[in-house]
Amino acid sequence: MSLFYTGFQKRLLAHAAPCFVRSGQAPQIFFSAAVANTMFDRRLIQYFDWGLLLLTLLLCAVGLMTLYSAVAAGESALQKVLYFKQWVWYGVGFAAMTMCFVFDYKHMDRMAYGIYGLAVLLLGCVLLFGKLGGGSRRWLALGPVSLQPSELAKIAVIIILARYYSRRVKGEGFSLRELVPPFLLTAFPFVLIVRQPDLGTGLIIFLIAGTITLFVKIKRRSLVFLVFMTIAAIFAGSFFLKDYQKQRIMTFLNPDRDPLGAGYHIIQSKIAIGSGMITGKGLLKGTQNTLSFLPEQHTDFIFSVLAEEWGGIGASFITLLFMTLIIWGLNIAYNCRDHFGTILSVGVTAMIFWQAFINLGMVMGLMPVVGVPLPLISYGGSSILTIMVCIGILMNVSMRRFVVE
Amino acid sequence: MSKIFSKVPDTDWYKPRLAGTMFCVIGAFSLLLVRLFFLQVIEGEEYRRLSENNCIRLQSIKAPRGLIFDAKQRLLVDNRPAFNLTIVPKDARPVEKTIGRLSAYTQIPEEAFYKKLKGSRRRGAYKPVVLKPDISRDLLAVVEAHKFDLPGIAIEILPKRHYLYRYAAHLIGYLGEISAAELKSGQYPESQGGDSVGKFGIEKSGEGELRGKSGGRQVEVNARGQVVRVLKTVDAVPGCNIHMTIDHRLQVTAESLLAEQVGAVVAADAETGNILAMANSPTFDQNAFVTGMSHKDWNTLITDPYRPMENKVIQGEYPPASTYKIVTAIAGLEEGVIDENTTFFCPGYYRYGDRTFRCWRRSGHGSVNVAGALTVSCDVFFYQVGQRLGVDRLARYARACGLGKRTGIRLGHEGDGLIPTAAWKKKRVGVPWQRGETLSIAIGQGYNLATPLQMVMLTAAVANGGTLYRPHIIKKIVSAGGDIVLEAKPEAIGRLPASPETLRIVKKGLWQVVNGSRGTARLAKVDGVRISGKTGTAQVVSRKKNEDKQRKNVSRHLKPHAWFVAYGEKNGEQIAVTVIVEHGEHGSSAAAPIARDLIRAYFMADEEEHHAE
Repeated sequence: MSLFYTGFQKRLLAHAAPCFVRSGQAPQIFFSAAVANTMFDRRLIQYFDWGLLLLTLLLCAVGLMTLYSAVAAGESALQKVLYFKQWVWYGVGFAAMTMCFVFDYKHMDRMAYGIYGLAVLLLGCVLLFGKLGGGSRRWLALGPVSLQPSELAKIAVIIILARYYSRRVKGEGFSLRELVPPFLLTAFPFVLIVRQPDLGTGLIIFLIAGTITLFVKIKRRSLVFLVFMTIAAIFAGSFFLKDYQKQRIMTFLNPDRDPLGAGYHIIQSKIAIGSGMITGKGLLKGTQNTLSFLPEQHTDFIFSVLAEEWGGIGASFITLLFMTLIIWGLNIAYNCRDHFGTILSVGVTAMIFWQAFINLGMVMGLMPVVGVPLPLISYGGSSILTIMVCIGILMNVSMRRFVVE
Repeated sequence: MSKIFSKVPDTDWYKPRLAGTMFCVIGAFSLLLVRLFFLQVIEGEEYRRLSENNCIRLQSIKAPRGLIFDAKQRLLVDNRPAFNLTIVPKDARPVEKTIGRLSAYTQIPEEAFYKKLKGSRRRGAYKPVVLKPDISRDLLAVVEAHKFDLPGIAIEILPKRHYLYRYAAHLIGYLGEISAAELKSGQYPESQGGDSVGKFGIEKSGEGELRGKSGGRQVEVNARGQVVRVLKTVDAVPGCNIHMTIDHRLQVTAESLLAEQVGAVVAADAETGNILAMANSPTFDQNAFVTGMSHKDWNTLITDPYRPMENKVIQGEYPPASTYKIVTAIAGLEEGVIDENTTFFCPGYYRYGDRTFRCWRRSGHGSVNVAGALTVSCDVFFYQVGQRLGVDRLARYARACGLGKRTGIRLGHEGDGLIPTAAWKKKRVGVPWQRGETLSIAIGQGYNLATPLQMVMLTAAVANGGTLYRPHIIKKIVSAGGDIVLEAKPEAIGRLPASPETLRIVKKGLWQVVNGSRGTARLAKVDGVRISGKTGTAQVVSRKKNEDKQRKNVSRHLKPHAWFVAYGEKNGEQIAVTVIVEHGEHGSSAAAPIARDLIRAYFMADEEEHHAE
């Protein structure tokens, strides 16, 4: 399918013109009308984004196959449990995805502050009575399931920024003063997450917010100032980051520093990827993986397993698959007819992009080891759920691209 | 609101920006693809070679544990090298052949090796498995001589704990393999399964300082598993050395004085609260834990009726008996129910309600005042003081004197002791307090329980003029680099609820216990040292009914425990000592001589050292 819609679609829009909401109409009437539209508009099915669904299913299939191989080295009982749980998570993820596209995304605009408030509240709860795991508090135990509110926070920040910017977009870009509220809206959850401590997720939130902000355009003078401030912030950050966080950054800058910790992981990961060569060693035949040389081979380092067993062909296929997914998301933004939907799509796409790019860059030794899972492929419920929600939002925007009220 | 969705003129503002964004995305992914190409095509051969040999390996370097010294820089606990015979199964191909040869060279049956190998066959075939830990030098020589015949077999050198003396076992403690529960607790973030951690005594409570930080080595090995090249090394950081407050020679004296008996001795510097010696009997051999103890040996240790694994000084809770009269005297004087000259007549018994409470001396003590009552340990006198005070008032004083609560010594499993109150009895026993019970409490019997450590700190406070110190066992902690990590300073945790005048009267009584013509501990006199003290004889019969049934030697266990608390002073130096001999019968005969000899040894040793200088 073509990436850019042109003349035909514009004509179609003209036909749809009568159902546009015009200025001056009361919001309540507008929303109830929108709901009615959602329920009965056959174009929603007509415009359902089958391509995006196919891409998602492909990535999930790859994820399951790689996970099967990655856990094959372990004890068989554990392997079955992990593999089974991943199936369940995909199921839950698809349900969440469906929930995210059945209603009109414009409701998110109205609920933005509610979602944001809930996310911040949950982050506060995590710090107060979160579950300890591996030296940090990241989870809230809700009966049998554990929730990771930092994941919700990512989406909440995207929605609230989309709301803020969508009301103010203009050609000439934002001034510094206008950037203060979005900065505070981002910094608040960021600080709460870094306190957990979870540097990886905190960083992702800032990157997403930064991407959205750059996308909506900043005045040149403000931009120069911000770049300068960022550099200053990095210096300041070195004062209050935890030792191990600094260690990780330093390890990236100079891998010889900690050869037995993170540096070792990168070396083993590079050996795994490199040794796959062009055609790979074959499924379940990766020696680096089966001998447990790779740490966390089913979560953060799952791509190394994949690259070792499937070789350059498989690895570049997956890389290209991710690229297609992200371009697809940007294309949805391109075709969206309102500012909120456009910025929302850019935001969720940015989130998938950064997670994929950081994870891939990390396992290939291009980036520091920050705990960021590979979207849809790494083992783990929170990550899958969040990415599926993002894809659900993209589908939502995509299928309503011509249903402009 | 509606403005958002309306068509503003710059509706396409984002289109060029999206094109730019797509360009960036394609650029970023191209970078990844180039990197993949670089890793898998250009350097692929090299990485394939590395992966096939699996030649980059991690070896851990264990940190030597900190040493332990006594207060006078005498080394008490050391590390010695231990040689472990290990195998890396993947290098030892074929494993059967290698093990067969190893067995032939070492004369150790193959089965023994296979047992170890099976026990640890899980993940990571490149991880070394210990076939035989701590091998002898002879065996080491044999293995080294045939090294080239034995692929995959290696000798691993580890620092192992070595306890130089068989003394202070309860204070120093021992090491043992970390348990699953300890691993899970998260208190040992640096340790893995199989590591040794402190299990008891200072080895346990000082674990954080003693442990050090493991290092590691990244090495490249050849197909036989031999190290070809060391890529990177991170040196281990040795643990800190601990200097204890105990004096090894005094400790030896204390333990030999206690030998053949069941009980405990503790000596503290009255001016600082530093523990100078802490002896328990019977004791155990710490080195037995290092080499690995058999199940049977362990069982004998823990089922021994004399409880060699218990640190009786801090864990043993006994009725304080007559030593408690110090508290009753203080409370009586401070509350004004008696004064220095108040006398009571002791005919050998005291009638209270319809009960008769006996004095330990049937013929009675006649008229005694408070100092005299302490001297002769007259029960009748203290019955009357207790009756006038009431149980709750007495309990308040006892708690202020440091009884019934932990002292906070840096050792695990410290006992609380017990100081009963009326409310406590109602809650715990369910029956209201009987006023007659207060009489037993006043002479330290009944529900009262105290640890020897609490009693020695109380005695020290009486000696030093009223300051209750936290008992310290660590004098200083010094890092491997020589930096002082911690230097213990005297830590006051309270003051005796006694005026100087009250203390003077109590001290006068205690002085006469040892030096007066009617004193109960005249045996404890030492020339040249001012010794004061108090004996105690704790009845056990009623308390231990159930336990006694299981014991063989019943008659011995009916005998009371013997207490003696004392302090000695010479040249401005003060030492407080508490002795308890389980079932030793009389404080005066069983416990007092031990305290006397210990105090003498302490001051004599000082003298010898002065002469030497």
